[in-house]
Amino acid sequence: MMTDAALPKISVRGLAKSFGRKRVLDGLDIDCATGESLVVIGGSGTGKSVLVKCILGLLEPERGSIRIDGIETVGLRRAARERMMQKSGMLFQGSALFDSLSVWENVAFGLIQGRGMERLAAKEVALAKLAAVGLGPEAGDLRPAELSGGMQKRVALARAIAAEPEIIFFDEPTTGLDPIMADVINDLIVKCVREVGTTAISITHDMVSARKIADRIAMLHGGRIVWHGPAGEIDRSGNPFVDQFINGRAEGPIRMEIRAA
Amino acid sequence: MLTFLAAIGAVFLAFLAATGRLVVFAGLALATAFTPPFHLRVLFSEMVNIGYYSLPVVGLTAVFTGMVLALQSHTGFSRFAAEGAVATVVVLSITRELGPVITGLMVAGRVGAAMAAEIGTMRVTDQIDALTTLSTDPLRYLVLPRLVAGLITLPILVLVADIIGVFGGYLIGVYKLGYNPEAYLNRTQQYLETIDVVSGLVKAAVFGFIVALMGCYHGYYSRGGAQGVGRATTYAVVSASVLILVFNYVITEAFFAR
Repeated sequence: MMTDAALPKISVRGLAKSFGRKRVLDGLDIDCATGESLVVIGGSGTGKSVLVKCILGLLEPERGSIRIDGIETVGLRRAARERMMQKSGMLFQGSALFDSLSVWENVAFGLIQGRGMERLAAKEVALAKLAAVGLGPEAGDLRPAELSGGMQKRVALARAIAAEPEIIFFDEPTTGLDPIMADVINDLIVKCVREVGTTAISITHDMVSARKIADRIAMLHGGRIVWHGPAGEIDRSGNPFVDQFINGRAEGPIRMEIRAA
Repeated sequence: MLTFLAAIGAVFLAFLAATGRLVVFAGLALATAFTPPFHLRVLFSEMVNIGYYSLPVVGLTAVFTGMVLALQSHTGFSRFAAEGAVATVVVLSITRELGPVITGLMVAGRVGAAMAAEIGTMRVTDQIDALTTLSTDPLRYLVLPRLVAGLITLPILVLVADIIGVFGGYLIGVYKLGYNPEAYLNRTQQYLETIDVVSGLVKAAVFGFIVALMGCYHGYYSRGGAQGVGRATTYAVVSASVLILVFNYVITEAFFAR
């Protein structure tokens, strides 16, 4: 019998998902240990976002198993799914901040609506989380539209960590940011993940970001994980897909898909 | 011939599938009303948005509708010396038909379009997925308050539109056509029955629900970026307007067919 220590925080087996005739995930297997920072890399349209959305329950896979803390999450009913969601936070690629709410209300949203916390108490937590990502209390009353892309990413990060989740998903956390702001976000992610001991799954095609935030890297291609290993070993993977991807070569076994997954 | 029938069959099946999806969507959203949490702050905000902010446009439409109705009735009825019925025709037309239908159509254009655009933008920018990841059911948070707000607020709006519309008719009747004010008001009340107003308010509640449902449904399932949101907005307004006219007939039939 497996002990808790050996039990992966997230275990995915045989995951398959298609859109029409396009098979995006094709029997994908992957594990993520408790407190580990796993980065999934892969080209555009290879299904990285689909993988994360399946784990979060935003998309229903056709077949396969997704276990979080050993509990099967595929096919969970709505109430059980909402309870499972309380274990996780997500930073979306485009930040996905709610335009109609102020910055602090965005950060406190999960605490107020999801957990029933009083607004005043939730505001205090939100301002503390904003401070943790380098934003002062004056930012709290602004609207998301008044912030730059980098600032919005910080707010989205503060929202993702506000409820101190056990698992955080980062979807292309540095896409669209200048190199300096990207590094700031990478530092914040490392700080959040390492200091709190959160389990993190990030998806990116930014290798600078992947090398900085990953304990382990997995390469997704053709609907499956074609290589995975410690972040420090990626340059010696000996895998032609990984070599082509990390060196950014047009020539190689990877042919870019035209349609997005 | 077979191809033609197959095409008709395909359209009919697509219509049934779309109706099924709409009914399931409405059912799932309404089912969230029976268990907490209740997002009363969002409900109140939607009621203000649908009701208070629609008052100017609904008021203007109602007053001019009442004025035109009085003028047209007068010119028509004067051909057979029935000018005395103008006040009655105005009040019955406004309360039974024009108040709810015109208010419904105006709100469909103003509020239905805005709902589809807002929820559609939330869909294409991952904000709806973000709600789910924050342990918040999007149907409970986004859709249910709008449906309830539409259901409650439109009858109030229609009541206001009825009063303003009848007042518009009074202005024309008394100040332009020279009717005696007291006689006009007496005629307005004389033949007005409770069912005339109630049927209009029932229509308003149904129209409010339809407008909110169409706005939410088309926004919720929009895809394809800005173009998809634009398409959702158009579908929301057109489908709500058509359904308002269809249900106007159905409810009229239910209340007044003998």
